[in-house]
Amino acid sequence: MGKVLMKGNEVIAEAAVHAGCKYFFGYPITPQSELVAYMARRLPEVGGLFLQAESEIAAINMVYGAAGTGVRVMTSSSSPGFSLKQEGISYLVGSELPAVICNIVRGGPGLGNIQPAQSDYFQVTKGGGHGDYNIPVLAPASLQEIVELTQDAFDIADRYRTPVILMGDGMLGQMMEPVEFREREKAIIDEKEWATTGTRGDGGPRIITSLELDAESLEQRNWKLQKKFATIKENEVRYETYQVDDADYIMVAYGTVARITMNSINQARQKGVKVGLIRPISLWPFPEKPFIETRDQVKAFISVEMSAGQMIEDVRLAVNGHAPVDFFGRTGGVVPTQEEIYDKIMTVAGGVNV
Amino acid sequence: MTMKTVFRKTNGLTDKPTHYCPGCTHGVIHRLVGEVLEEMDILEDTIGVASVGCSVLSYEYFNCDMTQAAHGRAPAVATGIKRVLPDRFVFTYQGDGDLASIGISEVIHAAARGEKITVIFVNNAIYGMTGGQMAPTTLIGQKTATTPYGRTESVQGLPIRVSEMIATLDGAAYIERVSSHDVPHIMKAKKAIRKAFETQKKGLGFSMIEVLSTCPTNWGLAPHESLDWVKDNMIPAYPLGVFKNKEGGN
Ligand SMILES: Cc1ncc(C[n+]2csc(CCOP(=O)(O)OP(=O)(O)O)c2C)c(N)n1
Ligand code: SF4
Repeated sequence: MGKVLMKGNEVIAEAAVHAGCKYFFGYPITPQSELVAYMARRLPEVGGLFLQAESEIAAINMVYGAAGTGVRVMTSSSSPGFSLKQEGISYLVGSELPAVICNIVRGGPGLGNIQPAQSDYFQVTKGGGHGDYNIPVLAPASLQEIVELTQDAFDIADRYRTPVILMGDGMLGQMMEPVEFREREKAIIDEKEWATTGTRGDGGPRIITSLELDAESLEQRNWKLQKKFATIKENEVRYETYQVDDADYIMVAYGTVARITMNSINQARQKGVKVGLIRPISLWPFPEKPFIETRDQVKAFISVEMSAGQMIEDVRLAVNGHAPVDFFGRTGGVVPTQEEIYDKIMTVAGGVNV
Repeated sequence: MTMKTVFRKTNGLTDKPTHYCPGCTHGVIHRLVGEVLEEMDILEDTIGVASVGCSVLSYEYFNCDMTQAAHGRAPAVATGIKRVLPDRFVFTYQGDGDLASIGISEVIHAAARGEKITVIFVNNAIYGMTGGQMAPTTLIGQKTATTPYGRTESVQGLPIRVSEMIATLDGAAYIERVSSHDVPHIMKAKKAIRKAFETQKKGLGFSMIEVLSTCPTNWGLAPHESLDWVKDNMIPAYPLGVFKNKEGGN
């Protein structure tokens, strides 16, 4: 299969199908509705099932039920709908069930708007639902990267028995780019011995639950989960760097904003300002290594976000006081321009704004 | 002298002792479901969904694969399971707070879609587990922790008759309300539960059996008084009978 021109939301859907996802439970919300519609058309073609739930709460709980049978299952939403899914996500974590949840972020809080934003960063990376937990979050910056990361998301979900979030913004969901789907080997998707499929004579009843009434037992369960999170932290960090080797200044950006920032960096480099980029691909686990490697050499880090400043907290932790951390952000669904980010670089670099 | 077994534990339940209060009919209803699953020989093909409420631990009592759902969401969870495994039997076991309050949307839509699942709906007109607060099914005049002066129409509104409401939906295939307050009614309840699972087996659509049940602890009544309270107060408000039978007949 060669390259095809597709819309971001549809790429996520097709990539999920390629990853062996046969079940999708969703509820429409802009700017991710094309994903839902694509699945409605596509899944019956591969012998799968699409069901439009009555709400995001129902959708994530259908995912919970389906995940418990051991199949690859997915749901998708945008910010207000994602908030509603938090109940189910916490239960998926507590019951250790694999699933992929896509959040195509829009402006908030409240009903906000339907423009691209990154203001759900805290919600996706710091738990979001109740209880002590983290779940892996992958944030692609291009449609080709979506293809790879969507399958990664399903593989990580199965490998660790955890929900995984695929996070994009409205711009990524709506843009069109040529992509190529390649078949890749998948992590084990069959033989999930814990799945509840009816005992069928193959051993005693299996139970999926997050309930543990005894405090000491629940603590044990939590420590076990924390151990799993630590393993994920060790194995599943993803990031990309751009021109950081000689950099005096390092920008930090993810998703589509990272692409805009890259153009601003090129522009600044033409003026002789040595500036580079760290692009976190996994937002949790947050990549600390590229910061540790560069933080004693650079004059400042600049976090660029489509939010009022959320990722900057993780940047500060990774920099750990070794260098100043500055911020440039637009919020409410405003996408920063290349010029604005360039101006910010020049201001921080103390250069003349040309 | 040869001995004949006239009563034994059903294989539909595990050996785990239940935690229910003395005089609570949750245990009786568990047993009925367990017996039906055993008699229909479908234990190995069944996945049950436990809800939130006093029956939250029912996943430890039913002798089949079980999943525990969030408060009210059991019909959505059951939908997810059944849609992946259409040839298995899937049931939920839910209280009235769980089903008629926080989970009313999930049960209505599961019924409207005609999900081929069976809902065992235990109506004791109160929230048991959280300490006896008002449920949507609490009777007018009934005192609870959150209706200390008795439920009034003007403040809390009127109770919901769930079976009647669900029966209006075209996706509902079998809906019956039964009671657990005496032996003849318990026998009838078992028949109804069996009928619901048979409805599921035939793929006719959504089935729900509402079982009127006791909560001596939170009603502040002795066990035998609780059984009378079901008969004298609940049945008049929640008439027994079949509200939907897609196959016709009875
Ligand atoms: C989201 C959420 N809200 C509230 C609760 C607390 N809660 C636990 S059981 C229950 C009421 C259950 O009552 P019912 O369904 O009537 O079952 P019963 O205990 O009477 O058998 C409530 C409100 C919860 N667990 N989750
Ligand atoms: S509190 Fe009520 S419903 Fe719960 S176990 Fe006790 S009697 Fe039964």
